[in-house]
Amino acid sequence: MKPILEISSVSKTFRLQHEQQPYSSLRESMMGIFSRSKTTKETFHALDNISFNVNAGESIGIIGKNGAGKSTLLKILSRITPPSSGTITVRGRIASLLEVGTGFHPELTGRENVFLNGSILGMTRREIAAKFDEIVDFSGTERFLDTPLKHFSSGMQLRLAFAVAAFLEPEILIIDEVLAVGDAEFQKRCIGKMESVSKSGRTVLFVSHNLGAVQALCEKTIYLHQGKIKEFAKSGPVIQQYLNEQSGQSTVVRKLNETKKCFVHEVSFNQDQEAGILKLSVKVESKMRGLVALDIRLANINMEPAAFGSIGTFDPDHKLAFIEGSNIISMEIKTDQLANGLYYVSIDLKEPDKEYYDRAEQALLIEIANQPIVPHGRSMQLDWNLGTMKLEIQRTT
Amino acid sequence: MEYEIKPTEKFSLGTKELWQYRELFYFFTWRDIRIKYKQTFLGFAWALIQPLAFMLVFTMIFGKNISNTSVPYPVFAFTGLALWNIFATGISAAGNSMVSNSHIIRKIYFPRLIIPISSILVAFFDFLMTIPVIIVMLVWFKCSPDWASIWMLPTALLFAVIGTVGPGCLLAALNVKYRDFRYVIPFLVQFLLFVTPVIYPIDFIGNKTLQHVLSLNPMSAPISLFRGFVLGTPVEIIPCIVSLCSALFFFAIGIAVFRKTERTFADLA
Repeated sequence: MKPILEISSVSKTFRLQHEQQPYSSLRESMMGIFSRSKTTKETFHALDNISFNVNAGESIGIIGKNGAGKSTLLKILSRITPPSSGTITVRGRIASLLEVGTGFHPELTGRENVFLNGSILGMTRREIAAKFDEIVDFSGTERFLDTPLKHFSSGMQLRLAFAVAAFLEPEILIIDEVLAVGDAEFQKRCIGKMESVSKSGRTVLFVSHNLGAVQALCEKTIYLHQGKIKEFAKSGPVIQQYLNEQSGQSTVVRKLNETKKCFVHEVSFNQDQEAGILKLSVKVESKMRGLVALDIRLANINMEPAAFGSIGTFDPDHKLAFIEGSNIISMEIKTDQLANGLYYVSIDLKEPDKEYYDRAEQALLIEIANQPIVPHGRSMQLDWNLGTMKLEIQRTT
Repeated sequence: MEYEIKPTEKFSLGTKELWQYRELFYFFTWRDIRIKYKQTFLGFAWALIQPLAFMLVFTMIFGKNISNTSVPYPVFAFTGLALWNIFATGISAAGNSMVSNSHIIRKIYFPRLIIPISSILVAFFDFLMTIPVIIVMLVWFKCSPDWASIWMLPTALLFAVIGTVGPGCLLAALNVKYRDFRYVIPFLVQFLLFVTPVIYPIDFIGNKTLQHVLSLNPMSAPISLFRGFVLGTPVEIIPCIVSLCSALFFFAIGIAVFRKTERTFADLA
């Protein structure tokens, strides 16, 4: 059987026009006739000669850093924007979900929005009417169906929007980062729904920063880097490679933000595996003198919180005294209570219960690799899915 | 089902695809009508207020001067204005439609022509709302339709829509790239109202050549055909044909330009 999607040498280039509005005015175009390109133009390859095939029934994950070309690829596949070169052969009906609730209008009621959104996504009126009860049931908003959407909470809007999309039945489903929103319970439901979609034999292309979800849903994963395919193979190894390349960096410098009173500028770490100690060094640029609490948050690659620690939040006497200018804080974290695996490290600077001065979300990706405490024993692994913390249990009898 | 996505596509009207997505016409039109009149106290009455107000003003200004029409001026003006409103609200709504729906265009694919055409259908719906008023006026002023020329009615309505879709799609496509057109549209609508035979009969203009030039307005034929049926006023053949040809010409240009540029809308809108 021929592949359901054949992507052959697809590129997309944008012309970067500096000091210009994204849309042009007539005058500029007319000027352009007489004078050759006054503006500096630079081409940018959002996608650079991409080729791959997708067979019917496969679920493919697409990962990569921001700007790697993931969204552009999905936009081309969903025919929103044309490629600059190359061809894509599609053998089936595509539905794309680059956003949930496309076309939702705040003035219309929940019921009206279901029909509007459904038809924009390509369902017929009859299909929507047939599935209407199921959609409403799944969203759990039946009591508010005849209320204008603007009176819905944002969570309810989201649930309704996802419910409509969940009942799409195309041959190829393209999904972009829609799971990045909503609360944990809702995300779990979305992933469950997507699992059943991919198990029902449909072809799914799935972009996400949630690597855990990609690993759970997709057999194969494409790793995009600067518009090129860096790797396309089984999900596990590809995600591992992606994470290793990211966690290889031991120092991360963030772009300075002039508006903030104090700001996490640089984070670096090194790990003493023998001693089970993680050494972190944080450089803070401060515009004020004062006492500040510093929190460290660890999350696993599904972005679920794993551990929390702080200097100053629990014990106000130990808050950090910042001076104006650069402050360097070094700290050590014992790692033997953590399961082995990869963690995102986020750092917050705050005045407890008052305000966050800065939140460095996922500033670093680190790999915890504890040696077993007992020789020939074992240390807990994150991928056992038993959790992240090891309970210390003392036998009493 | 198999198709290819390529950098350039062969030119086609895409009618097959439009037919596939035919329900979207209904949904977009329905949405725009709902939103237009939601949270308004007067509701659909707004569709009547504008032509009625213009009719009153024009009756006060021109009522006496244009008394050579065979019918009372208020009816004459209102029938013209009601049809003119399809064009006036139609092209301004269509012209801005791609920009105001850009959030949808950037996120999902469907035949883009549905958007401007639906906003013109909304204007057509507003026109349907004025029909009862026209009937009341006919009774009040003791006019009766010319049933022998009933064929003029569908022709007039069809060409009113065709004559609006052409410039509407053209402006919609141009407005995506050149935002200048959002200033052009209101000006164009006002200007055309005065230089075309909407509020005065075409023979009000003495000069024959000028009559033909003014007939280039795609709406002048639908209006005179509409009056030809509703009021039984004589229809001048040559200006009428000029106007119909102009409507078809703009229709072809509008659709062609729109289809040629629609694939880049998501990058520009």
